[in-house]
Amino acid sequence: MRTGSTRIFIITSFLLLSETIFAQAEKTADRGVFTIILMAIVVIIAFAVILQVANSLMAVEAKKSGIDPEMAGFSIFPSVNELVSPGKRGFSGGEKVTVLKKGFDIKLEGAAPGNIDGSASANTFAMQPPNFRGIAPIPKVVVEIGDNVKAGDHLFFNKKTPDVKYVAPVSGEVVAINRGDRRSITEIVILADKQQQYRQLPAFDLGKSSREELANYLFDTGGWTLLRSRPFDTVAGMHDVPRDIFISTFDTAPLAPNLDIVVEGQGEAFQKGLDVLAKLTPGQVHLGLNAGGKKAPSPVFAEAKNVQKHWFSGKHPAGNVGIQIHHIAPITPSCTVWTLGVQEVIVLGKIFTEGRWNTERVVALTGAELDEPKYVRTLAGANVGELLKGNLSGDNVRLISGDVLSGQKKSAANFLNFFDDQLTVIEEGNYYEMFGWLLPSKPVPTVSKSIPSAALFPNTLYKGDTNMHGEKRAFVMTGEYESVLPMDIYPQHLMKAVLTNDYEKMEGLGIHELVEEDIALCEFVCTSKQPLQKILRTGLDMMNEQG
Amino acid sequence: MPNTQFQLLMNLVDKIKKIEPDKKESPFLHALYEGFFTFLYTPNETTSGTGVHIRDRMDLKRTMVIVVLAMQLCYLFGTYNIGHQHFAALGQYTGFLEGIHLKLAYGLIKILPIFIVSNVVGLAIEFYYAAKRGHGIEEGYLVTGALIPLIMPPDIPLWILTLAIVFAVVLGKEAFGGTGMNVVNVALLARAFIFFAYPTTISGDQCWIAGLEYQGANVAGEMYGWAEGFFDWIFGGLGWDTFGKGGMAVADAYTGATPLGLATQGWDKVTEVYSPMQMLWGAIPGSIGETSKPLIIAGGLVLLATGIASWRIMLSGILGAAAMALLLNVWDFDAYMDIPWFYHFYMGSFWFAIVFMATDPVTAAGTNMGKWIYGFFIGILGIMIRVMNPAYPEGWMLAIIFMNVFSPLIDYFVVQANINRRLKRVKAGKLGN
Repeated sequence: MRTGSTRIFIITSFLLLSETIFAQAEKTADRGVFTIILMAIVVIIAFAVILQVANSLMAVEAKKSGIDPEMAGFSIFPSVNELVSPGKRGFSGGEKVTVLKKGFDIKLEGAAPGNIDGSASANTFAMQPPNFRGIAPIPKVVVEIGDNVKAGDHLFFNKKTPDVKYVAPVSGEVVAINRGDRRSITEIVILADKQQQYRQLPAFDLGKSSREELANYLFDTGGWTLLRSRPFDTVAGMHDVPRDIFISTFDTAPLAPNLDIVVEGQGEAFQKGLDVLAKLTPGQVHLGLNAGGKKAPSPVFAEAKNVQKHWFSGKHPAGNVGIQIHHIAPITPSCTVWTLGVQEVIVLGKIFTEGRWNTERVVALTGAELDEPKYVRTLAGANVGELLKGNLSGDNVRLISGDVLSGQKKSAANFLNFFDDQLTVIEEGNYYEMFGWLLPSKPVPTVSKSIPSAALFPNTLYKGDTNMHGEKRAFVMTGEYESVLPMDIYPQHLMKAVLTNDYEKMEGLGIHELVEEDIALCEFVCTSKQPLQKILRTGLDMMNEQG
Repeated sequence: MPNTQFQLLMNLVDKIKKIEPDKKESPFLHALYEGFFTFLYTPNETTSGTGVHIRDRMDLKRTMVIVVLAMQLCYLFGTYNIGHQHFAALGQYTGFLEGIHLKLAYGLIKILPIFIVSNVVGLAIEFYYAAKRGHGIEEGYLVTGALIPLIMPPDIPLWILTLAIVFAVVLGKEAFGGTGMNVVNVALLARAFIFFAYPTTISGDQCWIAGLEYQGANVAGEMYGWAEGFFDWIFGGLGWDTFGKGGMAVADAYTGATPLGLATQGWDKVTEVYSPMQMLWGAIPGSIGETSKPLIIAGGLVLLATGIASWRIMLSGILGAAAMALLLNVWDFDAYMDIPWFYHFYMGSFWFAIVFMATDPVTAAGTNMGKWIYGFFIGILGIMIRVMNPAYPEGWMLAIIFMNVFSPLIDYFVVQANINRRLKRVKAGKLGN
């Protein structure tokens, strides 16, 4: 018993120490303030040790009588869960909850209220090849401008994997194929029909077919493009067999949509999607559930079958699938795992339940610069300007596909990214602030305790803007990143390894376990304003090229 | 912000922006301009659109300025204490609160030149390198420039101070690449330079009290210059006491020795001259800013409350010092080791070192585990040098510089442990498959 002997050692050493202390206290007539304080500390520590020992003895007793002390809550101390969020343990039905203490919730104004509003509708949609990381910048496009396509018709494919088809999210006329740097194809724009037409997909019997048949079916129907592969966060390789598949059923990012609302009425498709995924991996499909919310997670998640459920509780980034993977079964350099968002699972399921490529998804329009934040039902890749029409309250704004931490800057003419279910609008912070470093002229979200208002009123909602609030500097502060990243990783050392091209160290420090969204919060808190996500991506690309 | 006020502000920005020197033609002027402009205004730069869109309010300027603010009590007390020690040595105004105006004026006359030289020399070097490298002025020197006066004896010759700062900033910091890259604490390096190059100005019994003339080991009188004359003119006009009013009083048997100088002969010898409360509150000779423990601790609490300094380093440093002092008590070889362990916290510059010097994030260990080890060893080494090395009466400067050099090694082992944990997992995973 290592812990037992350590404790005995600690107690005896404290006894010995206290003897010296008291002996000296008698020797010198005037005891200083320090002596009293130090003696008090010793007494407190000794008391804590005694409590700890008593607690362990109790646990031992419990074990002897056949009770699992952790499960039954056998302890003198109240568990962290009970202290932080009393009663929430109930959600998991007694199952183990992973409590993540590190993290930070950036509280912003402009969250969407809890019902889906159909009033905003977009007419143009786009498939954007850059959304699918890992395919060549110029994929082979099989449609031409002016063609009419149905939802589910093939649009393009990556020349290296010609079998994996990328399909149209919507039926209509192809109106533009936009190109970016070096003629790379950035957008294939489709003007939607008033009445959606779907390509009739061949029926598929999940029970009777092999994994290979299923994969081929998904290549053709577009289902394969919904899968994302880690490490590196790329499209799933044609021949990859993932160790496990991970799905997070809650999003803790600032203003993120509540997936319990999103999944309402989609239970059948979601379960079907999970069944399909279970067939694609020899391992498990892992579902991350929220044990720390205000309400219990939707029964669609809590009662899902054919999956392994894991309960998490904590601030952002507890809802990130990467964090959950780290605590369930960490990614190693030699393995591949897949991840999906909840809405992708639903689209996948609908291939089988509805027999068509139905990319209908709920998008949360959020942010302080919107007149009316809301949830809208639309299709994947909707036009940003059309979604926001008549809803913007200012014009000096930044439109972000995704959340404020790891989303992508868009203009009104651009389109929502394929995998995003959130559109955030915040003010552009292109203003000068007099003595801004000393006295912030308006409330700004911060983790720093040096700004009293943030420390005193933790529930204040902030507008938030895109100002840098300072200039870029070399890494100076330490321990900042670790305090908001609930993983056994040293982000600052990892970043330095990337900057010095130290491959061995990057791998050793766990670059494979991270993607941009996981360290976005570290980038937010960085005093030196370093672009961590960019650095991480450089490192991931380097590792990926190495193979 | 109301619109008119905003407009006014913007006009001001435009006006200031007009005089911006060209970066290519005159890089030094541009660096200078930018340094001051960014102090006046936080720039209007926005996030790039590829990373986070929203940034924390905290930046390096604020971080550094808070550290400087936390030191202000030490400055206030240090200034007064220079004067108090001077007059006490002469046997005038021996009560702490007697002759306040004279003590304050005297302290200011001593500390202002040190502060100005420290900042002008250091910032000039900083500006030069910023211009040369073509990047903005980094804020690191703000703290260094504020720390250096506090760890100097009041009578330090300014040319020696200048040499030390040039040495420390150029070789200790800019040679490594500027703020954030240095291995050793710059302020301590400046002090160490003086300590080894001009030892008589910074060690012994005679350097800690300002403005005294010595004959052999005895105080012979005071030295006043034109600045005191100027204050005399004011004070005389107000009808207050003036400098030199008491004539050339010579204090008998006044040694000027610090508690640490006396401590080699045992605690009784120390208490003959200084009471424990006097040592605690700091009305004793010493470096300018390090004598008053409660005020330093108050500054430390500010740093802890704002989360800028690491509580791990402070706590483990205290634990390390206590552990080592206790060990020496148990050993009990000579009179110094016999000094009750907790009195080590009353003497010398432990608190200043552990609060402001050891917690420098650049030179301390970067990992949380590393911080515990780093702080603990500073505590152990500092007391060890203080008690066991007769050549160095105080050990914190050397202990911290020593551990600064070792902190990358500590971090290496902590990080390596993380790497090994991961490797183990990979191996276990492979076996499992």
